[in-house]
Amino acid sequence: MLEAVGVGSLEALFASVPQKHRLQRALAVPAAASEQELLGELSALAARNAHHASHDWFLGAGSYAHFIPSAVDAIASRSEFYTAYTPYQAEISQGTLQAIFEWQTMICGLTGLEVSNASMYDGASATAEAALMAMRITHRNKIVLADSVHPHYREVVETYLDGLDARIVAAPRAPDGRTAPLAGLVDAETACVVLQQPNFWGAIEDVAAAAAAARAQGAKLVVVVSEALSLALLRPPGSLGADIVCGEAQSFGVPIGLGGPNLGFMATRMSFVRNLPGRLVGQTVDGEGRRGFVLTLSTREQHIRRERATSNICTNQGLCLLMATVYLSLLGRVGLRRLAERNLAKAEYAKARVRATPGLTLPFTAPTFNEFVVGVRGDAQAALARALEAGIMGGLDLAPHAPEIGSAVLVCATELATREAIDRLVAALAGGRP
Amino acid sequence: MADYEIPDDLSFTHEDEWVRREGNNLVVGVTDYAQQQLGDIVYVELPPVGSLVSKGDPFGVIESVKAVSDLYAPVSGEVVDVNTDLAEHPEAVNEDCYGDGWMIAIAITSEDELESLMDVPAYRQHVDDRSD
Repeated sequence: MLEAVGVGSLEALFASVPQKHRLQRALAVPAAASEQELLGELSALAARNAHHASHDWFLGAGSYAHFIPSAVDAIASRSEFYTAYTPYQAEISQGTLQAIFEWQTMICGLTGLEVSNASMYDGASATAEAALMAMRITHRNKIVLADSVHPHYREVVETYLDGLDARIVAAPRAPDGRTAPLAGLVDAETACVVLQQPNFWGAIEDVAAAAAAARAQGAKLVVVVSEALSLALLRPPGSLGADIVCGEAQSFGVPIGLGGPNLGFMATRMSFVRNLPGRLVGQTVDGEGRRGFVLTLSTREQHIRRERATSNICTNQGLCLLMATVYLSLLGRVGLRRLAERNLAKAEYAKARVRATPGLTLPFTAPTFNEFVVGVRGDAQAALARALEAGIMGGLDLAPHAPEIGSAVLVCATELATREAIDRLVAALAGGRP
Repeated sequence: MADYEIPDDLSFTHEDEWVRREGNNLVVGVTDYAQQQLGDIVYVELPPVGSLVSKGDPFGVIESVKAVSDLYAPVSGEVVDVNTDLAEHPEAVNEDCYGDGWMIAIAITSEDELESLMDVPAYRQHVDDRSD
């Protein structure tokens, strides 16, 4: 290599680096380990992690611990799916295209809307894309963004809109945990209202009222969902007047990873399809009249429209989408609803225990799904440390996000939570012996 | 050689748009040559009334079964009228490009800009140059 770049020696290559900036001794690193030694060391390190298999898990806040049937991985790992590239060539991509089409169909059913794209990076970027889409549809530039939208999502929206001629106005929280009535915030400049359902505090928002407030001013309503399982139980936002429903579908068979990959989704009304970002799969017939699937309406996309595409910063999450499609197919319509009911029952049991426990409070009164805020006495970090000591990941300390409600923890109870674990969590948060 | 209709009372751009003077406004559409080249039109995206366009900049999009193209403003000015029927009936561009297929009306801000438009002989030459 030295010869190829035209220097005679390593010393000659570094000649321009002054001596005083060079390390004059060998690097102080241990000798190379064998594979067996290395795996032993890494396994010991990994064992120090807390995760939902090692701990009782009550941390949600955007990433949700759910049971994943073994068939999800088994099917998603088939190399026909696993190694497939973007299905630009329909003749050789029918499997991938059909999986995406079925995903789109299921997302339409869950959201109550007419057309879904082939997924997006994650809930946060999908939210930002929805705001941009509403600006394109309305030719307006003001975004009314509820404070109760996930704080990370709000940061991503701010990042995406930075540098554009756009203005973000915050919609504050009401005392019951929901977003305060929007009248007065929405005006003739407003492109959209962005509301999360259930919101970051777990509260179930009044989507119909928000839709009416938006519609009265010709603005669109974007409903963001970070716990997609809630869609199996709550009325579909599209049927309540939402124009765009987007969010995070990691709950559908995608394991919690440190930073992802996650699975964004996005659906809207057919009349807005030309403004929808991202890939879209359609059903058609081939020359012999047989059913087939193709990428459709690609003229919105950057490989054709270049800088005037609906988005230049999105793609679909092929593999996670496949896992979610398999997961939803395995559970089915009834199974998914039963699972959601079980989540609700676990959370309601936990709330009842909290209500009955001195020292703990439920600061918000709005109805919830599987996540809710618990007020604790003293320091929330200390309460979470007590829980961790007892083998429990107790939730998210809300001090950085909502200091005004005092010491509080965001707690999520999914189907993985046992009654016994919930009882121990409540005891640990209250400060008693777990 | 294919036959393209080029009405006498219109002016034209290099991007195959026609313009018709109506008082202080210019009505804009695409020519017969353009619609024949594009084929079946499936979608036309136009700006809202009140938006400002600049001569030579894209003001909308026309999409056919085989291509998607930008529409370029023939002059600068404010959009004072938009053919909203095209959202539901884009095929009007194929059927009647100089009539029902009109797209927008622009209030002219500079008479000088009109000088760069082509008359019928010049546009016919522009079409012939690209035809077999």
